[in-house]
Amino acid sequence: MNAQHQPTGSAYFMTAETARPETHTLSVLVDNEPGVLARVIGLFSGRGYNIESLTVSETEHEAHLSRITIVTTATPNVLEQIKSQLERIVPVHRVVDLTVRSAELGHDKPLERELALIKVAGSGENRVEALRLADAFRAQVIDANTEHFIFEITGRVSKIEQFISIMRPLGLVEICRTGIAAMNRGSQGM
Amino acid sequence: MAGKQMEMTGAEMVLQALKDNGVEHIFGYPGGAVLPIYDELHQQEDIEHILVRHEQGAGHMAEGYARSTGKPGVVLVTSGPGATNVVTALQDALMDSIPLVCLTGQVPTSLIGSDAFQECDTVGITRPCTKHNWLVKDVNQLSRIIHEAFRIATTGRPGPVVVDIPKDVQFATGIYTPPSPVIEQKSYQPKVSGDLDKIRAAIELMATAKRPIIYSGGGVINSGREASQLLRELVELTGFPITSTLMGLGAYPASGKNWMGMLGMHGTYEANMAMHDCDVMVCIGARFDDRITGRLDAFSPNSKKIHIDIDPSSINKIVRTDIGILGDVGHVLEDMVRLWRASKKTDHSQLADWWTRIAKWKARNSLAYPVNNDVIMPQYAIQRLYELTKDRDTFITTEVGQHQMWAAQFYGFEEPNRWMTSGGLGTMGYGFPAAIGVQVAHRDSLVIDIAGDASIQMCIQELSCAVQYELPVKIFILNNQYMGMVRQWQQLLHGNRLSHSYTESMPDFVKLAEAYGATGIRCDKPADLDDAITRMVETKGPVIFDCRVAALANCFPMIPSGKAHNDMLLPDEASDEAVANAIDAKGRALV
Ligand SMILES: Cc1ncc(C[n+]2csc(CCOP(=O)(O)OP(=O)(O)O)c2C)c(N)n1
Ligand SMILES: [Mg+2]
Repeated sequence: MNAQHQPTGSAYFMTAETARPETHTLSVLVDNEPGVLARVIGLFSGRGYNIESLTVSETEHEAHLSRITIVTTATPNVLEQIKSQLERIVPVHRVVDLTVRSAELGHDKPLERELALIKVAGSGENRVEALRLADAFRAQVIDANTEHFIFEITGRVSKIEQFISIMRPLGLVEICRTGIAAMNRGSQGM
Repeated sequence: MAGKQMEMTGAEMVLQALKDNGVEHIFGYPGGAVLPIYDELHQQEDIEHILVRHEQGAGHMAEGYARSTGKPGVVLVTSGPGATNVVTALQDALMDSIPLVCLTGQVPTSLIGSDAFQECDTVGITRPCTKHNWLVKDVNQLSRIIHEAFRIATTGRPGPVVVDIPKDVQFATGIYTPPSPVIEQKSYQPKVSGDLDKIRAAIELMATAKRPIIYSGGGVINSGREASQLLRELVELTGFPITSTLMGLGAYPASGKNWMGMLGMHGTYEANMAMHDCDVMVCIGARFDDRITGRLDAFSPNSKKIHIDIDPSSINKIVRTDIGILGDVGHVLEDMVRLWRASKKTDHSQLADWWTRIAKWKARNSLAYPVNNDVIMPQYAIQRLYELTKDRDTFITTEVGQHQMWAAQFYGFEEPNRWMTSGGLGTMGYGFPAAIGVQVAHRDSLVIDIAGDASIQMCIQELSCAVQYELPVKIFILNNQYMGMVRQWQQLLHGNRLSHSYTESMPDFVKLAEAYGATGIRCDKPADLDDAITRMVETKGPVIFDCRVAALANCFPMIPSGKAHNDMLLPDEASDEAVANAIDAKGRALV
């Protein structure tokens, strides 16, 4: 199934993959128990799927449920495999392909947001410029002294990437990103 | 029951939970981290413990036990090396969907993570080779987890599970809860009955087929005896030809009139040609493994495909199906048989042309081999073994290699659960311990491991176990002095450079048997074979039968790497030159 990534060396996976890879966002509802994240990650590495972003956190404390959001790129067949392989993991309750779901709901794509902390150090012109741009991007200053700022920025991935690339020449020191949190529009739950 | 009575130690809980889950036999090996459980074993008589000689043996024994009975096999091993030694068997069981419950000891919880003596990350190591696993940190969770372990191992697509129990949890006291009929688990709800609309659509498609084929697999066996019965009914009702994977042999009887033999890399010409040319394929409990499909882009190009499987990830994994039916094979077949009966379609005349073509392929006699009066041909040895044991209550296991394929080709299986072989993982060393496991469950049956001279040396130590428990397993070695299957590939792919595939310093198998307290028999003449086999069968205890066969025989027919079903290498065409050129440069890179 992963023939498009690397030849597996097996006689029987020789068909060249012609389908185009797509990027999808999956929401996985799991029991919050030890090892569950390792199972999910192990599945991706063991079967040669790729992970572009992964976030996880307990969402329902009483029910001990966590929600894992995974962004992955694969051909449609492999995406179907990823979904059914995830569903096979015992503590997995549900897997929803948010990208497919949003199309069904008539939307362009699911809502996706990321938070990043960005440390920039510098003085003079650069410092003024950094602050001015942060303002334009609606980034908050959450820590500062005379030599540095730490900005907190939330938004779409593209916005964060853009902000980071602008900060780079202005004295970028450190970046920390949360990965993507995602949900579909409308009143229905996942 | 009063709460007080249900209070017990973790080690007592293990035994109680095993009993409550119907366990009668376990296969194990003691060590520091499981001593409290061994102490409990010593003080009871309901569960018989079989002491193995290597933990891999315990795993394969439990597999053989499970496959021949339909019940889960249970393994008990210590931490560290005990757990790592059982990994091969866990992966083997995972790939062949065999229900195993493996209990491993672990260092005390306070020492976990400290590189303690005989510590290893058992749940980490076994995570990818189990269906699920647990590290039990609280004695009050222990009984619930063991019950859950049995449920997960045996339901849905069966598989191995590991419960890792730290030593302090075995000593600790807590409350035992018996298995409850109400399932608390909210995730993991395997779906057993198939979607009726899809089943109807499948029946309609099947009713119009002119060139149909049923391709069945291990899922039919796993689903239980009833499923094999229903498969037979479906074949009878539809009049369709049927082939099966290595794993599925016996679900439909080899003597049945619609049987075409096994398919795939070493399958029959008629089975593979029919797969290639069919118009409707009904895949029942099989998974389009690469040994089955051959070259994928040329796999059965003109057929509509129906696929019945309990595992959603098997459907559309390798081959796109037209109708994928998710459910337990037995349940789905029941619906299919009922709906076909209701349609009252009994006329099979539209299949007449198809059967004529199949008969022509069959006439090609793809399993033919040269007759020899001086040396025993390996195929002949299996044929004689079959003839001399078929009327007994016989179970066959195998190791991995040419002998395994010859066993599949030449031994006729009439019933399910009579044939245990390592299909998915291809584990040399599987067959002998598996045979011991079968014998534990069927004390009075004839259990034969059809072995190779190389494979048998991988778990031969279990002969000591067979002797100890008076398990009269017969090891029938097709001794060709080679890792025959490796040599065959070297001949096909590597210019006949036989790199390390000749077994030097072969032990004297007769003496080896005697050293263990078993019986050794050697035979090297076709004329003596029948008598020798009869002697083996009639010997009371375990036997090693050293059957000296033609050293250089190869296993045909064969779909060479990178070739399609209709591009087989047949025995009468397999000249030295044809063998050398069978696989082109591109195919040589493949496994
Ligand atoms: C544990 C393990 N190691 C290596 C292999 C690769 N392998 C497959 S068949 C084979 C040779 C088997 O030789 P033998 O048991 O003598 O059987 P024969 O093919 O000669 O009948 C080998 C080494 C394997 N399947 N399993
Ligand atoms: Mg050999």
